[in-house]
Amino acid sequence: MLQLTIPQEKIEAAREYAKQITSTLKDLLNAYSSVTIERTVLRLLGIDGALADGTPLPNFLVDQLKEKNALDKGAAYWISNAMVSTGLTAQEVAENVKDGKIELTQIIQQPIEKTIKVMNELTDKMLAHIKKQKATRDEYFAKYGERNKPSLYVIVATGNIYEDALQARAAAKQGADIIAVIRSTAQSLLDYVPYGATTEGFGGTFATQENFRIMRKALDEVGEELNRYISLTNYASGLCMPEIAAMGAMERLDLMLNDAMYGILFRDINPQRTLLDQYFSRMINAIAGIEIQTGEDNYLTTSDAIEKAYTVTASQLINESFAHLSGVKPEKMGIGHAFEIDPTIENSFMYELSHALLTKTLFPDSPIKYMPPTKHVTGNIFEAYVINALFNMVAQMTGQGVQLLGMLTEAVHTPHLADRALAIDNAQYVFNAVKDFNKEISIDKDGFINKRAEKVLDEAIVFLKRVAEQGFFNALEKGEFADIKRTQTTGKGLDGVFRKSDSYINPFMDKIKQELNIN
Amino acid sequence: MQNKIDQSYIRPYGDTNNDGRIQISFSMPVKADETGKEAARILLRQMGLEEIEICYIGDLSEGFSHIVAYGNTKAYVDLTKIKIKTVDTEVMTMDETDEFVDKNIGRKITIIGACIESDAHTVGIDAIINMKGYNHRFGLERYRSFNALNMGAQVLSEDLLSKAREMNADVVLVSQIVTQKNIHIQNLTKLIEMAEAEGLRDKMLFICGGPRITHELAIELGYDAGFGAGSYSTDVASYIVQEMTKRKEL
Repeated sequence: MLQLTIPQEKIEAAREYAKQITSTLKDLLNAYSSVTIERTVLRLLGIDGALADGTPLPNFLVDQLKEKNALDKGAAYWISNAMVSTGLTAQEVAENVKDGKIELTQIIQQPIEKTIKVMNELTDKMLAHIKKQKATRDEYFAKYGERNKPSLYVIVATGNIYEDALQARAAAKQGADIIAVIRSTAQSLLDYVPYGATTEGFGGTFATQENFRIMRKALDEVGEELNRYISLTNYASGLCMPEIAAMGAMERLDLMLNDAMYGILFRDINPQRTLLDQYFSRMINAIAGIEIQTGEDNYLTTSDAIEKAYTVTASQLINESFAHLSGVKPEKMGIGHAFEIDPTIENSFMYELSHALLTKTLFPDSPIKYMPPTKHVTGNIFEAYVINALFNMVAQMTGQGVQLLGMLTEAVHTPHLADRALAIDNAQYVFNAVKDFNKEISIDKDGFINKRAEKVLDEAIVFLKRVAEQGFFNALEKGEFADIKRTQTTGKGLDGVFRKSDSYINPFMDKIKQELNIN
Repeated sequence: MQNKIDQSYIRPYGDTNNDGRIQISFSMPVKADETGKEAARILLRQMGLEEIEICYIGDLSEGFSHIVAYGNTKAYVDLTKIKIKTVDTEVMTMDETDEFVDKNIGRKITIIGACIESDAHTVGIDAIINMKGYNHRFGLERYRSFNALNMGAQVLSEDLLSKAREMNADVVLVSQIVTQKNIHIQNLTKLIEMAEAEGLRDKMLFICGGPRITHELAIELGYDAGFGAGSYSTDVASYIVQEMTKRKEL
């Protein structure tokens, strides 16, 4: 049996430091909210649509409340209060505000019990819908069987949702288990979620609720044809993490890219904003049964994959700890890592095997998300195809959960139809060829692979201890993570963070916390 | 067998001199059957190929097929007539570059880099500027003679230029990695037009880089130089210091 021999105390020590790091942030997470969290609440209350200039209704309402210094009670309060007063639905209230017929903060405050009753009814209704979506997914898997492991994950990125749907159908028929719709490259920094179906994007397709719906429908149809449930994923990252998570929950996405620190480090989004947003977004994912996926591969595309391997391990443990705080269960934590070692290095395969085994050892119950080689892929498609075969071999041997397939045309273009099919063929061949190989081999506990893994963990422990001692924000400020320095009071989206008043209500967060036993 | 290759008549070499044999792989909305194969053959014939061999046709579903083929092209090139624009400064190591600056410029050179507009992918600009560098070549930040700033991803053209003005930059480096429907051209054009409008264009070197960038394209867009795939920090650094010295002498 292929497995590492690593002292359990070390694993526990690393995990404990990660817990120390995240637990000091609980006060922030409970005392503050953000504009996108409030917009999420409005969306969950059933408010959708956009103004003529494209401004989504949730943005319009939240901006108006912010202007009136009324947001610290929570957007849900004002909408529910208006509903009690006018007898209108949430959407009708929103439309009336848009038309200038209602001013939310000018409405006479109704008895709070009535307001809360209305709010709770809507909350229960939406949570029932989300749970129904979860049940539908569970039924599909019960009917067709569990997802393959490793699952074949491919991306579509045409910019046009209808073209994406066509390519996704083709990919599913070729054998893909999970379809990711890559977002238009600028979307992470938009402080709103565009509305409606879209047919133009750059390097990808905008994440919108309507686009989610179109893709979900296409995959359900092709899944029924194939007797296989095809999973759908998108990106709950950037400035609208919880809104996208909510849209995914409503439209039955199955996985969501959701990293606690990615936005801070790689998109210069304000740290407080990101932490608040990821906290709520992960709760929504948890209640919807959506598998989250973290983005540790990003540490390796900017740094050396051997020298900085410990940063991946450290980030995995921090991500896990944050996910716990939001009530995500280990079997829904797609902890990430990547196959990014320079292929010219001697024994690079042994390093990769070691790192992949370490991840699996640390997170035995998680559907680990394994990212393909990109950094050292040069445009030599033939070489890339061979490297991808070794990547697939490591995945099968180490029991990875989700295999984001490497494309032979990485670094050339967004995948052509044939590129995707070749990637699937490659993975299917290799997975099948070495299917049970790991059951019959073992590694020397004093050998290179085992020692290497232990060394990476040791380095991660030293790092996590240092961060725990300094505190999360101080460590960020010093550039401990990925050599990138971020401060609490800089970065995009800070002006959308606010302190909650004593009367603040977010009925969804309250209910989800209750149901998931989050304190 | 000693075949001297005629430099004025170069064709692809498969297994015999001048056979013109090339390999082609593509997908098409045809079925993976005899009609599909014939469609591929007709297409390749229209491209001027002969002795076409469709060695593989595979079903991609949804009415598409993947085709792998070989054919002979009659096209040839005259190598003696090719003239291309390349950055042809001598490539120096980091230490040589620092010494070169000491000797010829005598002050620190300020370089500002960014991934502009829609592009969120910093892997290129990071490899060139960040301390660590790429593939055993340190980034520009590490050079003693450079004061280098990497502004990161999705930087607006106006922000990059205002920073360049504020820091009195000698060089502006722009990276464009992800591109679809030629957005990189639009972004690069926007930056250079703004630089011209603000009177900055001639005050500093403007250099762009990325997998779709060639020196020729860069010149055409109004930049001083362009660096494509496979370029290193040393290429960029060597160009900067030699070009600045050359301009100083003019």
